[in-house]
Amino acid sequence: MSTHHIHVTINGTAYEGDVDSRMLLVHWIRDGLQLTGTHIGCDTTSCGACTILVDGKATKSCTMFAVQANGRQIMTVEGMEQGGKLHPLQEGFHEKHALQCGYCTPGMLMAGLALLQRNPNPSEHEIRVGISGNLCRCTGYVNIVKAIQYAAEKMQDSEELSVPAQVALAREASNGD
Amino acid sequence: MIPGSFDYVVASSISDAVSLLQQHGDEAKILAGGQSLIPLLRFRLASPSVLIDINRIDGMEYIQETDNVLHIGAMTREAELDNSDLIRERYPILLDTSSLIADPVVRNWATVGGNLAHADPGNNHPATMLALGASVVAVGPDGERVIPIDEFFTDNSFETTLHPNEILTEIRVPAPTDRSGGAYIQLERKVGDYAIAGVAAYVRLNDAGQVTYAGIGLTNVGPTPIKARNAEQFLLGKALDDASIHQVADMAAAASQPTSDTRGPAEYKRAMVRTLAVRALQKALGRATGGE
Amino acid sequence: MATEVFKHGLGEPYKRKEDARFIRGEGKYVDDVQLKGMLYGDIVRSPYAHALIKSIDISEAMKVPGVVAVITGKDLDAAGLAWMPTLSGDTEAVLALDRVHFQMQEVAFVVATSRYAAADGAAAVEVEYEPLQVIVDPKKALDPDAPLLRPDKKDKQPTNQIYHWETGDRTGTDEAFTDAEANGIVVKQDMFIPRIHPAPIETCGCVADYNKTTAKLTVWLTSQAPHVHRTLFAIVAGLPEHRIRIISPDVGGGFGNKVPIYPGYVCAVVASLTTGKPVKWIEDRSENIASTGFARDYHIHAELAADKDGTVKALKVHTLADHGAFDAAAQPTKFPAGLFHICTGSYDFKHAFVDVDAVHTNKAPGGIAYRCSFRVTEASYLIERMMDTLAHDLGKDPAQLRLQNFIKPEAFPYRSALDWTFDSGNYEGALKLAMKNVDYEGLRREQAEKRARGELMGIGISSFTEIVGAGPGKHFDIAGIQMFDSCEVRVHPTGKILARIGVQTQGQGHETTFAQIIAAELGMSPDDVDVEHGDTDTAPYGLGTYASRSTPVAGAATALAARKVRDKAKKIAAYLLEVGEEDLEWEPGRFFVKGTPGKGKTIQELAFAAYTNCPPYLEPGLEAVNYYDPPNLTYPFGSYICVVDIDRGTGQVDIRRFMAVDDCGTIINPMIVEGQIHGGLTQGLAPALYEEVTFDEDGNILNGNFQDYLVPTAMETPNWETDRTVTPSPHHPIGAKGVGESPTVGAPQAIVNAVVDALAHLGVRHIDMPITPWKVWNILKEKGLTAD
Repeated sequence: MSTHHIHVTINGTAYEGDVDSRMLLVHWIRDGLQLTGTHIGCDTTSCGACTILVDGKATKSCTMFAVQANGRQIMTVEGMEQGGKLHPLQEGFHEKHALQCGYCTPGMLMAGLALLQRNPNPSEHEIRVGISGNLCRCTGYVNIVKAIQYAAEKMQDSEELSVPAQVALAREASNGD
Repeated sequence: MIPGSFDYVVASSISDAVSLLQQHGDEAKILAGGQSLIPLLRFRLASPSVLIDINRIDGMEYIQETDNVLHIGAMTREAELDNSDLIRERYPILLDTSSLIADPVVRNWATVGGNLAHADPGNNHPATMLALGASVVAVGPDGERVIPIDEFFTDNSFETTLHPNEILTEIRVPAPTDRSGGAYIQLERKVGDYAIAGVAAYVRLNDAGQVTYAGIGLTNVGPTPIKARNAEQFLLGKALDDASIHQVADMAAAASQPTSDTRGPAEYKRAMVRTLAVRALQKALGRATGGE
Repeated sequence: MATEVFKHGLGEPYKRKEDARFIRGEGKYVDDVQLKGMLYGDIVRSPYAHALIKSIDISEAMKVPGVVAVITGKDLDAAGLAWMPTLSGDTEAVLALDRVHFQMQEVAFVVATSRYAAADGAAAVEVEYEPLQVIVDPKKALDPDAPLLRPDKKDKQPTNQIYHWETGDRTGTDEAFTDAEANGIVVKQDMFIPRIHPAPIETCGCVADYNKTTAKLTVWLTSQAPHVHRTLFAIVAGLPEHRIRIISPDVGGGFGNKVPIYPGYVCAVVASLTTGKPVKWIEDRSENIASTGFARDYHIHAELAADKDGTVKALKVHTLADHGAFDAAAQPTKFPAGLFHICTGSYDFKHAFVDVDAVHTNKAPGGIAYRCSFRVTEASYLIERMMDTLAHDLGKDPAQLRLQNFIKPEAFPYRSALDWTFDSGNYEGALKLAMKNVDYEGLRREQAEKRARGELMGIGISSFTEIVGAGPGKHFDIAGIQMFDSCEVRVHPTGKILARIGVQTQGQGHETTFAQIIAAELGMSPDDVDVEHGDTDTAPYGLGTYASRSTPVAGAATALAARKVRDKAKKIAAYLLEVGEEDLEWEPGRFFVKGTPGKGKTIQELAFAAYTNCPPYLEPGLEAVNYYDPPNLTYPFGSYICVVDIDRGTGQVDIRRFMAVDDCGTIINPMIVEGQIHGGLTQGLAPALYEEVTFDEDGNILNGNFQDYLVPTAMETPNWETDRTVTPSPHHPIGAKGVGESPTVGAPQAIVNAVVDALAHLGVRHIDMPITPWKVWNILKEKGLTAD
């Protein structure tokens, strides 16, 4: 087993630490860095509760090793609110009652954010496809779809709200690859 | 579900990856997108002592058409196929294929090369590449070789003809001709699942509408990806009409070797190969003749 | 502004208070609890469904770096903790001693300094098994040559039969059937309701923290019933109950899965008691599906007797219930098959008889109430399927047959043939609304046209009656504790309120709806009411949230506690205004002197006075507690209509439309009610078309993970349509009935009825769930109807 010293930027903050090769990224984020907003719901890359953005891409953090994230830009649910202002998706989830137990919510928000970055004006079908890697057992998805539509409309109305700063940064970083 | 221990090394280049493979031998596994490998490690169904991460190698993610050949870098993510204008316009069968793999989040990391090299009969690209008559490029200590896709899979599940110290670097697909078209269709228990059955069909037609090339690949209806050779042969020189499509669909079904499991009884899967083959051929014909 | 909008609190789509933390990732779930020096547990599980344990060797595991201890059944036995009581009076092995009874049964518990070390330790424990004959099929459990699966209780139970239970009027029912066979019609149908799993996205787990100095055990637990769990921990572990604190923090979905106590919890507690350190145990998904409480698994034979015109007369039901290795069904003690005898449904049967035989098999224990009041899902499914079967055999429209046989609105309160007293209902109102919303007649015309063209389209109806809100305590209990519930309301001097309730939320939105109840009673904004729950050190005792009982029971307690506050406030108002109480009138938010509206005191002023200027003849302060034992259950109902199209090439079912009309009595928050219905419908869709826990003949589970256990995604789930009627409960303080489980209870049979209806002209009467594409395709093939 090898140990690696890694540097990762999460929500604009630089973190570093020693991780074993096999440490799953989600465990490092949750247990190591105590950013517990990202959740775990399965072992098979199926449920999406652990979805985060890595270099701007929606990623199931249970299916990546922490060491693979070395040098990368990460965003988790904790990074969505900017300067005391909720992201339109967060607002949409509240306004449209798109969450009940809240457990899948961080992953849904991240999947929704990745979707809207790629497709700012998605149809209902495109939204359903976009969140099809994220399971919700409470809401029946109807209101999650509405919440993402709400955010899409709101983000089109005010462009500056659309992408939190570190996501923009991460996109620049990944474009440079 | 915690993986067992292993060492992790980053390959800085393709030749570095090859020498790491030589150094570690059978104990090493290539870590590409990791979307199949990491769950296997978590269930401790695989226990390599070294993972060689090839995600940091520059220049393995690309989709470009040159000299009538589509070149796909082995590390190209499925999402790149999903979102590529070139693929959408010129290779819709590849968009059919990638967009049915797992889910959009998984597709951000899952790679085309990994989907082929894992040689899972349930993976989608093997059937499509068999239909397209693609080839793959492998790089090893002795340099590069090109392997036709129908020589890439063996008769054993999860096995390819890649040598233990080779890595897959590129997939090459012949560019479409004027009257050619393909489609991939699969039936799933639910979105994100492996196929109950999947059929890739690709045809080229001459001006008279006769088939000059036919490729038919099958997903998850046997121990390996299946190329329905008899069906392909049968179509050559024929027009694609209702009768021939149904005849060839029957032959594709006959080529399948499904077993009964939680995705359905063998008889059903075989019948679905037929149904899906009809639909895939109809769609392929439509695309070949200027429709969608 | 706020006071205007929330004049009455009830019926307003008030946005949820709890969202603020969840949308920021600040929810606190059990796995988020991190304590200094915390250890981690991992469980060694049996690969066999039935085997003797020959030996357990922990020596290699103890050499794994980081492993602190390995606990086996023998270690627990020495402390008298190898067995624990289930919620159905059986005993369940915490860690297996000499025998394993199902695949994935708990065999040893490894404690280590990290999750990773614990997993390595678990992998290094070597267990030698001697495999035994496995019983998977409950129908074979009673064969004379079947092995005795539970030799540990052979004195009390000499075969694999756990119980035989029956209720109803056997003689009257038999006579009605004899008469119908001569003069009317009898329809019979076998149906299997498969084993499914609630599979909340958060699995089960706990952090047990025993403090040796204070001798206090704190357990953060994924619990739907923290108070009952505290009592059970006290009884099982012999710990003083006031030194046990159960905290059920944010819970990531429960659906009945988090009602039982699981071996992992007990092991973590034992490990913390032994090591003096906090111990965390969190299930992975495979463990959750394969070992924790399943639901359903009822093999039903039903017979229905009716007149030739379709008027129903009698119902006879025999059921074989598969309870798995241990009888861990979550049921009130008096009712081993729960409330299954609500199975006469919405129809006016004069006679009925039900019996249930329950058996052991080598499968995981359970039989929990998955979004269901103790088997009402099974009951509702069978009667709704039987009504369609009767309609089919009579050639009648299933909607007309239902309308003909509904219990009439004027018949309430209605005493059913199986001795339930339905509180209120208007069944034909709900069905007629659903029919109007979908243009039922138009759909039937479309179906006829499509059939003529060889296309397959079906329309399915479910007009279910629910039974929720247990108690009354004299009839209903959990592990002997009567099923009441509670609320404590504290009004602070400035008129702001902290309320604590005995139930616990797993997403239902209690922090919002219970605030609305209090706000409505006291005429203030829900913004001024905070609701706490889930911590046994602070919340009043309650039986927990499951079986849609929060609103019917704790909701009633909350309204009544608020009324007590209002009653005291009235006395203070009389003192301050120098009038008699009888001279005061209440309007939302204030008391005023009759005839002099300008002379009054707001509830906030009265709260302040309670602490600053209290009448000398009253205790100071303004607080109230209510423990509510309901006089009856409540009976929500609804009518669902599902429209499906079938792909003749693949057998795939496409739900084109699903209209759900629900009646849950008075609605507290329509937004939350609608959300509950969306979610419940999705959990009704799941077993109808996708989910089933399956086993091979050796008892190996075939789909114990989320790749193969098919929880629907947004792609499978239709865009649910909802509507409502409102028929308040006459005995509930605010007329509310509860809604959480209605859609899960009502939906499956609407979907099954629709698929069967699509094929009915081919002579198809029934298809068991889940309706997979290959089941449909096999029928099409048999009928020569497959297409490309």
